[in-house]
Amino acid sequence: MTAPILETRNATKRFSKSLDFAARLARRMGANVSEETVHAVDGVDLAILPGEVVGLVGESGCGKSTLGRMVAGILPPTEGSIVFEGADIAAMDAKAARKAALEIQMIFQDPFASLNPRMRVDQIIGEAPLFHGIVSRTDLSDYVDDIMRRTGLDPSLKRRYPHQFSGGQRQRIGIARALAVKPRFLVCDEAIAALDVSIQAQVINLFVDLREELDLTYLFISHDLSVVEHISDRVVIMYLGRVVESAPIADIFDAPNHPYTVALLNEAPRLDQRRRAFEPVKGEIPSPLDPPPGCHFHPRCPHAHARCSSERPALREIAPGRMSACHLNDE
Amino acid sequence: MTATLSVTGLHTHFFTRAGVVKAVDGVDFQIAPGEVMGLVGESGSGKSITGFSIMGLIDDPGRIVSGSIRLKGEELVGASDEAMRAIRGNRIAMIFQDPMMTLNPVLRIDTQMVEAIRAHERVPKRDALARARDALGMVGIPAPEERLRAYPHQLSGGMRQRVAIAIAFLNEPDLIIADEPTTALDVTIQSQIIHEAQSLCKRTGTALVWITHDLAVVAGIADRIAVMYAGRIVEAGGIDAVIDTPLHPYTVGLLGSVPTSNRRGERLTQIPGMPPNVLNLPEGCAFRERCPRAAAACHAQPPIAEPRAGQVVRCFHPHGQEASR
Repeated sequence: MTAPILETRNATKRFSKSLDFAARLARRMGANVSEETVHAVDGVDLAILPGEVVGLVGESGCGKSTLGRMVAGILPPTEGSIVFEGADIAAMDAKAARKAALEIQMIFQDPFASLNPRMRVDQIIGEAPLFHGIVSRTDLSDYVDDIMRRTGLDPSLKRRYPHQFSGGQRQRIGIARALAVKPRFLVCDEAIAALDVSIQAQVINLFVDLREELDLTYLFISHDLSVVEHISDRVVIMYLGRVVESAPIADIFDAPNHPYTVALLNEAPRLDQRRRAFEPVKGEIPSPLDPPPGCHFHPRCPHAHARCSSERPALREIAPGRMSACHLNDE
Repeated sequence: MTATLSVTGLHTHFFTRAGVVKAVDGVDFQIAPGEVMGLVGESGSGKSITGFSIMGLIDDPGRIVSGSIRLKGEELVGASDEAMRAIRGNRIAMIFQDPMMTLNPVLRIDTQMVEAIRAHERVPKRDALARARDALGMVGIPAPEERLRAYPHQLSGGMRQRVAIAIAFLNEPDLIIADEPTTALDVTIQSQIIHEAQSLCKRTGTALVWITHDLAVVAGIADRIAVMYAGRIVEAGGIDAVIDTPLHPYTVGLLGSVPTSNRRGERLTQIPGMPPNVLNLPEGCAFRERCPRAAAACHAQPPIAEPRAGQVVRCFHPHGQEASR
């Protein structure tokens, strides 16, 4: 079996709001105030093989973006580690860490906010490879042209500014910028969510083509199941900071195991389901400030029993290549 | 049966310094009581402006240039501000993408709901409150009595949207225009909202125009669908007919760009190019430059044709009787 290119081991991210002066004073006086802590990501183990496309799915507040940012090295984990090609990124020396940082690149959701409006396209794409010595100054212009062509942009537009491009083209510029440092691993955080339907298809096709041409590995973060289903080899479903299920694409859509996955699949709108009458899952996503005890999904779960509200279900292998965190699998 | 709403030849143009933006350029459709119509299009296609035109919410530099909007036979184009005020919120209600556009952040939910009722009807405050509470219960808000006393910021996004929907249904309107009402919501919350809007329409006989860019959502809720491109409806018909056997090349392209399970991993059919600049629309069919079937004839504006009963299309070369998908 091939070794994973990237692993997260018990990756955990907590955001705490420290107490201000008034709250500290109140606590001194005996009031029951404590720091507010958001468990954004709560002990996630994930292994991604080279060349694999892993779709990370969940609703808002489930920690998928925070996990993506930890993988991309933008946020350090509070606990646990991110392991790239067998080495813990946090324990690397400066040179190795820089190399890892270049090999893992991120593509952001908002193509309007993630490009510097005062830089021309060739500067946006060319700055990093020049700085890191990937390309010499004399070859830079040809190098930028090549990358722009690869991502479906006309190189004659490279002296323009981002505001002169449409949303879809800007997203291509973001992709070109990420590719310019020759990464092997791309984290795409809702990379197509802000685009129109017909433009979405163009960008999805670009991702599929680039993967074949450049032998890339993707962590594809999205709330849109149909997009993830289209592009991924494997899906990881998160709910309130934890992975609830992970399985190859065909298995998860044909026979979902976790009740949350079942609910998500039933409720995602699909073209082939018309005017259907169904009973949607009850309730809302609880606040990550105060997640329910035991299984996070139990207050909304139609199958919940006593054990679900007291004991956290472990993520266990239920079939080869399939993991699920649900007590129902124990019976 | 008279239609709840009938729009004919609607043209809404914006007279900007850069030129005339023909945001809506000849739109016709009708909705029957209790019917849900999905109005689909990409950004800039004029779907929202169509909604605003019906509500009478077009401000300078925009103007309804021509056409007619009839609500149960009553003409709304050119109606006085006063008449429109009596209609808005009473006989036509609107739900926006962002519920904070509907809700006033500094007033409690009950204040806002009672105000919406008493603006159109003389009812004692106590009765109005009871009606507000029932409306909240109807859209699936748990403990409506308590929620009435909450401020909008104390509710989650999904709850706020439910309150906005409850307010829209308060005066039992003939028509509701919902502009991307679930786009900002999560999947499980979206399906709850769709479920509730659908059953309320069936129960009260309210007609619903659901404006969205998401074909899959429309497939789940609408009885009929109208596809807009560059200010015109290019295809309209029953939901099954349009999605299973689309006629217009744009509809075909749009459906091809939606990932579905039976084409996993394949390349998606993509529509080449970009939506045209609304300031400078090409002569004739606006989709011509992106269309694989375009020919010389497309330099003229294609008329509305009805190749199949109940399914209309604006195209010289529709995907015809051959099974196109």
